[in-house]
Parts: sequence; C-alpha cells; structure tokens
Amino acid sequence: MSEPGYRLLDSGDRALTVELGRAVDPAINARVIALDAALRGAGHPGLLETVPTYRSLLVLYDPDLLPRADLAALIAAHWPPPEGAAGSLRRWRVPVHYGGAHGADLDDLAAGAGLSPEAVIALHSGRDYRVYMIGFAPGFAYLGGLDPRLHASRRTDPRPKTPAGSVSIGGNQTGVSPPLELPSGWQLIGRTPARSYDPARAEPFLFAAGDLIRFEPIDRAAFDALSEAARAGETVATLERIDA
Amino acid sequence: MPEGLRVIAPGVASTLQDAGRPGYLRYGISGSGAMDPDLLALANGLAGNPLDAAVIEMAMVGPTLVCETEACRVALAGAPFALSLNGRALDPFTAHDLRRGDRLTFGAPRQGLRACLAVAGGFAVAPMLGSVATHTRTRLGGLDGHPLAAGDLLPLAAPAHRDRPLTLPPAHRPTFGGPIRVVLGPQADGFTADGLRTFLSEPYTLTARADRMGCHLDGPPIAHADGFNIVSDGIVNGSIQVPGHGRPLILLADRHTTGGYPKIATVISADLGRLAQVRPGETIRFAAVAVAEAQAIARAARRGLAARLAALVPAGGGALDSAFLLSCNLVGGVVSARAPDPAP
Repeated sequence: MSEPGYRLLDSGDRALTVELGRAVDPAINARVIALDAALRGAGHPGLLETVPTYRSLLVLYDPDLLPRADLAALIAAHWPPPEGAAGSLRRWRVPVHYGGAHGADLDDLAAGAGLSPEAVIALHSGRDYRVYMIGFAPGFAYLGGLDPRLHASRRTDPRPKTPAGSVSIGGNQTGVSPPLELPSGWQLIGRTPARSYDPARAEPFLFAAGDLIRFEPIDRAAFDALSEAARAGETVATLERIDA
Repeated sequence: MPEGLRVIAPGVASTLQDAGRPGYLRYGISGSGAMDPDLLALANGLAGNPLDAAVIEMAMVGPTLVCETEACRVALAGAPFALSLNGRALDPFTAHDLRRGDRLTFGAPRQGLRACLAVAGGFAVAPMLGSVATHTRTRLGGLDGHPLAAGDLLPLAAPAHRDRPLTLPPAHRPTFGGPIRVVLGPQADGFTADGLRTFLSEPYTLTARADRMGCHLDGPPIAHADGFNIVSDGIVNGSIQVPGHGRPLILLADRHTTGGYPKIATVISADLGRLAQVRPGETIRFAAVAVAEAQAIARAARRGLAARLAALVPAGGGALDSAFLLSCNLVGGVVSARAPDPAP
C-alpha cells in the first residue's frame, strides 16, 4: 500500500483489518466510523460483517463472493470516506447514580485527583463523550473525551465481577457496562439503570460507535425507579438527534 | 406432561450450538456456534435435518440422556465418545432410533475432544438474536444461556420424515491431527524475526485453560518487537494473541470481540475444526500459508464435506431416498446457511 492513509492487514482467510492508525485519536476514530458507514452503504453481499474499533475496521468477507483483491479495490474506492458519512449524530443522555455502593472507587479516585467527589461527578457528567467502539462484551461502550484530571490507572487487582451497568474509568477512557456482571480492572464511579444491551428488547443495543453520550447524575431513588422501568423493557436513556 | 430428551447428567461442557450468531460482532456479541462446523453439518445430515440445525455440542465427557417421548432419532458426529444405548455400545456417525425410556450415555472419547449430537427434527428452542447457539458468559441462546444441567428437558420439534437411519461409512469419517495452518498477521510485525521463527518451529502444548472462548498454549516464549500493548482492535475466530509472557492464546467461537494484545497470526478457517479436537496436554505445531492458499484449502474442505454428506447410506445397506439427497443440496456443496454457495 503506497501512502493511502491505511494499511490492509490479513486476519486469516475470511477477514481483513483496515488499520487507519495505531493510537487513540478522535480524528482516526471518526474516519474509521465514516469508512464503516461507506462500506456498509455499498451493500456488497460478500461483505459479511464489519467491526469498527478505535483505530481500525475489521471486515469479514466471503472470498467466494468478494475476492480479496476486489475487497481491497472496494475499500480504495471509498477512500477517503466523506466527513460526516453517517449523516447525523446521535446523542444519548444516560442517567447515572454516582458514588456510594454504585461507585465503589469514586472517593479514592477523587482523593487521587485532589478533587472532591462532587467535583469528579461534575467533571464526568459535564461533557459529551464519543463512543469509540463497542467491544469486550455485548454493548460495552468505550468512550473517548475524558477530562485529563480524571485519568486514573486501572486497579492492580481486577475485580472478577463488577455490577451490571457500571460506569467506570480506565486510564484516559471511561466506559459503560451492559447489564451483565463483568470482570474489570477499571475504577467504578457510578451505575446506570439504562440497559445498553437487552436481547429481549426490539432494539437490543442502545449505543453504536460514533454516537455521543452525556451522563446525567441522578439520586438513589431515581436510580431505583428507572431500574424498575428498564427491567420492564423501557429505554431509560434519552436519544437526541443532532444534524451534522 | 412436556416431552423430549431429559438430561440425567450434563457431562463437562455440553451446550446447544448451531451455525452461530452472525451480524452482531460490532455490538460485542461473539459469533459462537459449533466449534467444528463440519461436525454440525454431518450430525445434522445423519439425522436428516437442515445442516445448520441446533445440536448438543459436547466436550471431554458427554451427557447422559433419557428419551421422554414416544420415539426420537439421534446421530453423533465427532470424536469417538464411548456411546451406549441402555448399556449396549453404539456406532458413532450413525443415526439411532430411541424409544421412551431409552438411556443414552457418553463416556470420554478415546481421541479428540468434541462431538455434536443431532436429533431428527431438531430442538424446539427459540433463537435469540437469530441463533440458538449458547454463549454462557453472556447468558445468550440455548436454554437461558446455560450449559445443559441435570434435570433439563430438551423439547424436540417433529422430524420432517422418517426413513431408515443413515450411517457414514468408516472410510469417510474425519481423522484428527496434523499441523495447524495459519495466516501470519495482522500484527506479525509486532514480533522479532526470532519470535516468528519460534512460533512456526516449536511445539506448543494446550494447557488446561482451553474452552469455547479460547485455548492457552505452553511452549517457548515468542519475542515481541516492541512491547505487547496495542490499542484494541477486532478479533476473529482463530486469532492468535501473544500476551506479555510470550505464550500464544488462540481465541475461538465464544471470544471477546476486541482485544489489546498483538495478534501474530490467525488459524485458517479450514483448520478450526481440527484445532477444536486437540485435548489439553496434547501438542500442536503451526505452519504458515498465504491467504490465497488458505482460501483454496477452505474450498477443498467444503468439497470434502459435500463428499462425506454424499457418502451417507442407510445403516444396514440399501438406497437413500431422493428427498434426503435434495435436502443436502449436494450439487451446490452448501454446508451452512452462513456460507453462501460458492461461485462456480
């Protein structure tokens, strides 16, 4: 590949990794998401699945319907992907109960940052995050855009189980867990009643790579009430559409 | 009174599996599905089912099942588990008719690790996200996402037609062993030349940490070129990660969908089934092939499976009915709903 801005790396005989960069970088991630939208829009039957990540797009293909050389040409034909290829942005307002039993590491994280727990909550909830990717587990959202004052190392001793819907910080990232108890070494600062994944719901997944998320602090009583509604199948996060 | 197959003892790791759950990797959902897709197809072929119907996949030690319905037909394909009906040994790769009260037991296999048990008509279990495949870690598919448990009743759908049970003649049965072929990359450049040489020349032993998510290998450490942390990217079935300790870890059907260790190579799709038969304590060697070669091997493997399905004959001799042969779509060589017919 001569300087097109990406590298094609084989992931076996049925997948290709389109590597756009090697770092966590919002510009690279925006291009990954735009390329993903462009390729999916092409609707080729030999293009089976795509997985957008921080810095690369994994493309699963059927070599009998879409030979590797044709796939490479298809990618080249969609490069560079148009800015804002997804058409419009979506922003999710996600309720979070911070601290206490729902955010076991909030106080320690605040102390480490030289801030009050209230200041951590204000910093964490006061901005939009971009969903860089969904991975690790069903609906787990990796978010970029964390205030540098809140960067915090992972625990040296990962927890084998963290509560469903945990909102946590790992390094320079923050994330939202699905309603599953997952192992994690990230610092737990809160919990959302929203279910980012529910296979019984008509729309099993809330978040997609490229979405924006803004956290809204709620108290314990609101958490309990919204948890009840979420169990009954309600989407207790609010979706806003933002024209690009 | 509900009827079906009753689980008396579940075995070690018995789950319902089918051809898997495509389309959700971007949401963090593993593809899952049978660890050896050819065994899924053969078991279903023997049972007269669509080749991607759900089966019981077993590993290490199989279950004990009792027939709690008037009659049902079962067929096993895979490692030679000690299979017996009411204490009488049965031939694997052959369909058998059970009557109410019959007890089917599976011991441990003499070689290999996994097998698929199909039931004529299939299991009457509702799919989740388009598939019955069980993903135990996220409680998806199967019976509420669980492996089989003692006391479970597996409800059966009515079989499409009943003629004589089929068998796959011994000469056509799959064999195990041989090197595991890989395509290098996507992060082969994250390893030194010595590291790559080690990976491709030394034997690696499967540790006890081997399940449907992946298998950890023991052997000479593989040298990274510059560190062992990368920014996470996508993982496929067969991706071989090398964590900081330098020993490879092969991610399989139930894997995490993304990961942050460099991937030295990927097991070719045609060898995933053979890999699924390697037991903890056994040793494998890796051999690198080019992508085009791996794709040619996959085409040949599909032809091989079509030939095996074409070799099915009624147990005890005689001819097959044409409805069954048509259901296998032998001409096109279709082996699963996920893999469309190859272009001629």
